Amino acid sequence: MPESITMEVWRYRPERESEPTWDSYEVPLRKEWAVLDGLNHIKDQLDGTLSYRWSCRMGICGSCGMTVNGEPKLGCSTFLTDYAPGPVRVEPLHNFPVIRDLVVEMGDFMAKLPTVKPWLVGDDEPDEDTEYRQTPVEMDDYKRYSMCINCMLCYAACPVYALDPEFIGPAAIALAQRYNLDSRDAGAEDRRDVLASAEGVWACTFVGECSVACPKDVDPAGAIQRYKLTAANKAVRDLLLPRGAR
Amino acid sequence: MSQVRLYRPPVSLTWWLRKPSYLVFMLRELSSVFIAWFVAYLLMLVYAVGSGPGAYRDFLDLSANPALVVLNVIALAFVLLHTVTWFGLAPKAMVIRLGALRVPPNVILAAHYGAWLVVSAVVAWVVLR
Repeated sequence: MPESITMEVWRYRPERESEPTWDSYEVPLRKEWAVLDGLNHIKDQLDGTLSYRWSCRMGICGSCGMTVNGEPKLGCSTFLTDYAPGPVRVEPLHNFPVIRDLVVEMGDFMAKLPTVKPWLVGDDEPDEDTEYRQTPVEMDDYKRYSMCINCMLCYAACPVYALDPEFIGPAAIALAQRYNLDSRDAGAEDRRDVLASAEGVWACTFVGECSVACPKDVDPAGAIQRYKLTAANKAVRDLLLPRGAR
Repeated sequence: MSQVRLYRPPVSLTWWLRKPSYLVFMLRELSSVFIAWFVAYLLMLVYAVGSGPGAYRDFLDLSANPALVVLNVIALAFVLLHTVTWFGLAPKAMVIRLGALRVPPNVILAAHYGAWLVVSAVVAWVVLR
């Protein structure tokens, strides 16, 4: 194994340059080092001006999403040795405006997320001394979707989001389904207007790359296709059945 | 935030060549044109059959034109792509439970191909008998 590897890092410092540039750094290649460790080495030892987001270092916080050799990845769970002998090219996540270096602006997602009401909507709150009961089978229905860490890799992988920024996107829809499929939730009807709209599930053309990119195996593409069937079913029922029988 | 000058990376015209899955996505979008052509072609066939033996023979002559054969072969390839990718989507969209057990995705997929085979066999029987 070589002793070091070259990291080519995408730089954008708005006060210095109007177009992004690339900077190259030589970092030690160690088998336990992830791309994030390489960036931390650069920041600590080589160039303190480099900006990027990170926090937990273990794939839980969703902060260190970035593009590594063209693919959306979590910097903390992508190992440098997998790219030896290099170089490793690190860019900000695609499909987002860039604030600085590897830091992207994700306000668009933050604005869209509450529109799908990603919380338990209940019409019958249990009494204080009782609990919501749920069987393991009922929990299995939504558990996968609850693993989302809002890391935005799915948005970066989605060409539909790149072309149509109005699309509410894979993670927001997966999170909506996380609550729709929860036996304790009664908000599916409230979420329907947003989910079943042209900017909701119908904007998706099933490229499937969101599920490939997802580091938590959430399968947003599956969540979206499943809701398409639900939405179509509901639309047909609305058309054919009298109000009481829907 | 107003003082921050954001950089918005442009979407390149050839973004869909970057990954095989993006290319398949674009080809599938394009396949809708060929699906529409097959619908039109089928309607032309029905119209020709309804207009008598002469019109039907003219339709067959038209269909034997090499340019139309090439078009139809390309259209068939796109329609197959459309069908296969559509079937690939089906197990994702359909979650069927039998009691506590979830029907495995590959069973749903196999059922789709099975149904396709049955329908194709029926069509072949009607055409060839």
